[in-house]
Amino acid sequence: MSIALFPHRLALRQALARLTAKPLATFLSALVVAIALSLPALGLVLMDNLGGLARGVSGKPEISAFLKREVSAEQAQRVENRLQADKRIAALRFVPRDLALKQLAARGGFADVSGALVENPLPDAFIIEPTGENPAVFEAIRTALAAMPEVAHVQLDSAWVERLHAAVELGRWSMLLLAGLLGAALVIVTFNTIRLQILTQRHEITVSLLLGATRNFVRRPFLYFGLLQGLLGGLVAWALVEGVMALIAPRIEDLARSYNIVLDLHGPTPLQAAGLLAFAALLGWLGAGLSVRRHLHDGAVD
Amino acid sequence: MIRFERVTKRYPGGHEALADVSFEIRHGELVVLGGHSGAGKSTLIKLIAALEKPTAGKVWVSGQDVGSLRPNQVPYLRRSLGLVMQEHRLLTDRTVFDNVMLPLLVTGYPPKDAAKRVRVALDKVGMGAFEQVMPMTLSGGEQHRVAIARAIVNRPSVLIADEPTAHLDPAYAREIAALFRSFHQAGVTILLATHDETLFSPYGSRRIELDHGRLVA
Repeated sequence: MSIALFPHRLALRQALARLTAKPLATFLSALVVAIALSLPALGLVLMDNLGGLARGVSGKPEISAFLKREVSAEQAQRVENRLQADKRIAALRFVPRDLALKQLAARGGFADVSGALVENPLPDAFIIEPTGENPAVFEAIRTALAAMPEVAHVQLDSAWVERLHAAVELGRWSMLLLAGLLGAALVIVTFNTIRLQILTQRHEITVSLLLGATRNFVRRPFLYFGLLQGLLGGLVAWALVEGVMALIAPRIEDLARSYNIVLDLHGPTPLQAAGLLAFAALLGWLGAGLSVRRHLHDGAVD
Repeated sequence: MIRFERVTKRYPGGHEALADVSFEIRHGELVVLGGHSGAGKSTLIKLIAALEKPTAGKVWVSGQDVGSLRPNQVPYLRRSLGLVMQEHRLLTDRTVFDNVMLPLLVTGYPPKDAAKRVRVALDKVGMGAFEQVMPMTLSGGEQHRVAIARAIVNRPSVLIADEPTAHLDPAYAREIAALFRSFHQAGVTILLATHDETLFSPYGSRRIELDHGRLVA
């Protein structure tokens, strides 16, 4: 062990000793941290699952451009040529009106209707797959198509997916905001815990300063304590999220199945779990740092 | 080693603890700082240890102007001093050994050698057999010895004690005085603030006398 690391090892040992000295109080503090963090963490995990659903359901979003009935085959070919030259379009498929009617007839419940028609009412159409996943690009293609004189109507087939995306994003931002608010509360909780510790260890701090301890030496065990308490809270929060997901995931999946949606919900990914632990530890460290800065710098101790 | 240049210390509220005090303590000297209770002895020690700042004048310790030290320099000044305060300020939840170890921990002393140094310091004050004892179970004199061991464990160049024999019976007081004498004989500069100057006069000490914050001798 390097001499330079010795003060850190000592501080870590002191922090662990303080944590283990009162196991019930430590557990309750960790539980407060965990409960406050598990709510936004659970929300973010659910949003992540729903985001995956939105990405997975549609595959690539498609734009349908329905041509005017009077557009000839040559005109349709010219439209196709123009669309093929457009770099924003990844794939293009022409669906002649006769094929569209056949496809409609093939669908359950429409065979009788299509058979009763005197004339095919369906237009020729292009099914367009844009490059990338940028909604702004989809919208630009839609506008360009709508401006073509041969095109009667343009339909962005991924509209509902975009709405779901937007709802998931809104949910994710709401959860992040909630995490921020609850995080601030946790900083305050740690601030107060450390304040009480400083008060109870005032004598030791005073003696240490008198013997030549630097402020960093005095601060370090409190910072490690805050970090460890946050980390412990993060671990419990992780366990809570995993537990809640294990309980509710089958029920949500059953509900989704009744809407013909296949869902495979999962708990936090390793990256999300690591993020949760890091966030919790950071909050603890921040609360401890603020408390130590406030209470060891106002002359309260020496 | 220690020099006071026209030092005045006035506390908020106007009380003047020290007024225009000047003196010098040279390396290897044993100086007894006398004076009645409230004469300014403790304030003088606090100024040396940078626990207070002078209102006017300069306090020099080992060539450093104590009053102008930045906060991050103060710990290093204190490490060069061995301080024995009037209240021994031992940590009651730690053993005698751990109390004496504390100055070595705060200075980041290699842990391997620290235990050896602690035992040497405890042996010097005759407390080697008590290292695993809690301070509260010791007598007043023994607690003072532990506080002295804690002050010398870092091998400071200056040893400063504020009323080291206060509240001790005469036998204990003589033992403590003899300890300081042995440190002085080993070459340590010593400043003792005491109202009981007779204890140290046989050891050829120089005397500084304060009266209501003024140097009178």
